[in-house]
Amino acid sequence: MLRDITLGQYYQTDSVIHRLDPRVKLMTTIVFIISLFMVKNFIGYIVAALFLIGIIKLSHVPFQFIIKGMKSILLLLIITVGFNLFLTPGEAIVSVWKLTITREGVKIAASMAVRLSFLIIGSSIMTLTTTPNNLTDGMERLLNPLKRIKVPVHEVSMMMSIALRFIPILLEETDKIMKAQIARGADFESGNLIKKAKSLVPLLVPLFISAFRRANDLAMAMEARCYRGGENRTKMKPLKYYKRDFIAYGFTGFYLVFVIAIGRVFFIL
Amino acid sequence: MAIIVNHVSYIYEEGTSMAVHALKDINLQIPDGQFIGLIGHTGSGKSTLVQHLNGLIKPTHGELYYNGEDYYSQGFDMKRLRSKVGLVFQYPEHQLFETDVFSDVCFGPKNLGLSKSEIELCAYAALKQVGLEDEYFYQSPFDLSGGQKRRVAIAGVLAMKPDVLILDEPTAGLDPKGRDEILDQIARLRQETGITVILVSHSMEDVAKYVDRIIVMNKGGILFDDTPKQVFRSYRKLEEVGLAAPQVTYIMHEINNKVFPVDTDVTTLEEAKSEILNALRK
Repeated sequence: MLRDITLGQYYQTDSVIHRLDPRVKLMTTIVFIISLFMVKNFIGYIVAALFLIGIIKLSHVPFQFIIKGMKSILLLLIITVGFNLFLTPGEAIVSVWKLTITREGVKIAASMAVRLSFLIIGSSIMTLTTTPNNLTDGMERLLNPLKRIKVPVHEVSMMMSIALRFIPILLEETDKIMKAQIARGADFESGNLIKKAKSLVPLLVPLFISAFRRANDLAMAMEARCYRGGENRTKMKPLKYYKRDFIAYGFTGFYLVFVIAIGRVFFIL
Repeated sequence: MAIIVNHVSYIYEEGTSMAVHALKDINLQIPDGQFIGLIGHTGSGKSTLVQHLNGLIKPTHGELYYNGEDYYSQGFDMKRLRSKVGLVFQYPEHQLFETDVFSDVCFGPKNLGLSKSEIELCAYAALKQVGLEDEYFYQSPFDLSGGQKRRVAIAGVLAMKPDVLILDEPTAGLDPKGRDEILDQIARLRQETGITVILVSHSMEDVAKYVDRIIVMNKGGILFDDTPKQVFRSYRKLEEVGLAAPQVTYIMHEINNKVFPVDTDVTTLEEAKSEILNALRK
């Protein structure tokens, strides 16, 4: 059940995308997300979809695996679409009881759904192909200039990497505690909302206790190794750009220009 | 015949690059009242197997039967099964959540929908069975020592009055004294109530003294399924899969080879002692 959540998970395999510098992947993801919000027409979404499909193909991550991760945001997606569908004022198409679906509503809901799912797929491709360590390393390097204005970049990225590292651990822990309580006859599924919320107590209390215990252990282990933040700290594997990274940057730039250009062309037409 | 495992296979993350074949065609019969040791190296599939017995994992292939009923047939009462086949997880103290020991133990029977007095009777009996003194009953479970917490957690499962008790590494992380206490308690419990006990462990030493049957797992399959004496005879084979026979077995083999003939089939220290004394008298 909980194993189905692939958000933020790393998929171990070998591909061009996996080997890319994390900075490239971060920048490309940001560019891709920005492009999604610049697109104003159907053709633009097709270009974005093609770009996404191309990257998925290159990444060797099975498509099913990515779709599985989408399940966790299905509810969010449905709510967003629902709100937009029914609450956008405009020319009415269908009207049932107090709910009216408008032409504008359909348009906005559809583009919202596409944007949201592309956004999630795009960012999960990044996390699926980059180890958490690499990702935070990349982020630290990208944010490095902010150090001049006293932003604790290293500390922030360390917190990020710890948080990311703990996602699978806590998921596994949740799975384990859930099973242990089910074995003691706990029921997490049936009953009304209040009963369901109450049934979470035997899950949440042990989970919090274990999270604090782990945090304590980690802090102790870090202190035992004399960790004192980012000052004068060197990397075991410093990030370095290769030829493929520049090519990837080129592709990303080309994609952005293309999406903007297509928007303009169709705007003029 | 309490539990029958029929050609059960299980694959984790089927269809991805991370697919792991955790169980391969397992066949087992677990009759009533046996004391079974389930032994295997880390990752041999023993934890996965016991979760199948409790209905927590559905096998990818194969069937499981409890008293002749298929676990996944229509109308099978899974909740009842889980009370009848009690599973104590590894580090069970991590599942404690209530404000005091007694209410935590009450959680299991409460879920079975018993009346308040029945619940409290079950909990009280279970806490007595694991040998916890009354003075701890209304303390927070988080203030207890590691060994006491574990007893409380085991009591939490015992309170549901299971016919089969499965313990997944009940002694992990305990000191030798705590380990012996827990195992002795389990052995005593079994003698008193006659329930089936399955003890999962990676240590032969732990189980040799208590069990009447050993199942050795390796890489998702069953390697041996026999009495301890028979299993320990193949101690060379056990070493190959990263396990070992009890130290007594090695000593007896050495004595037999180098000093004087003794019976190498003994499994416990006590038996070895009397066997050596016997041999010396001859």
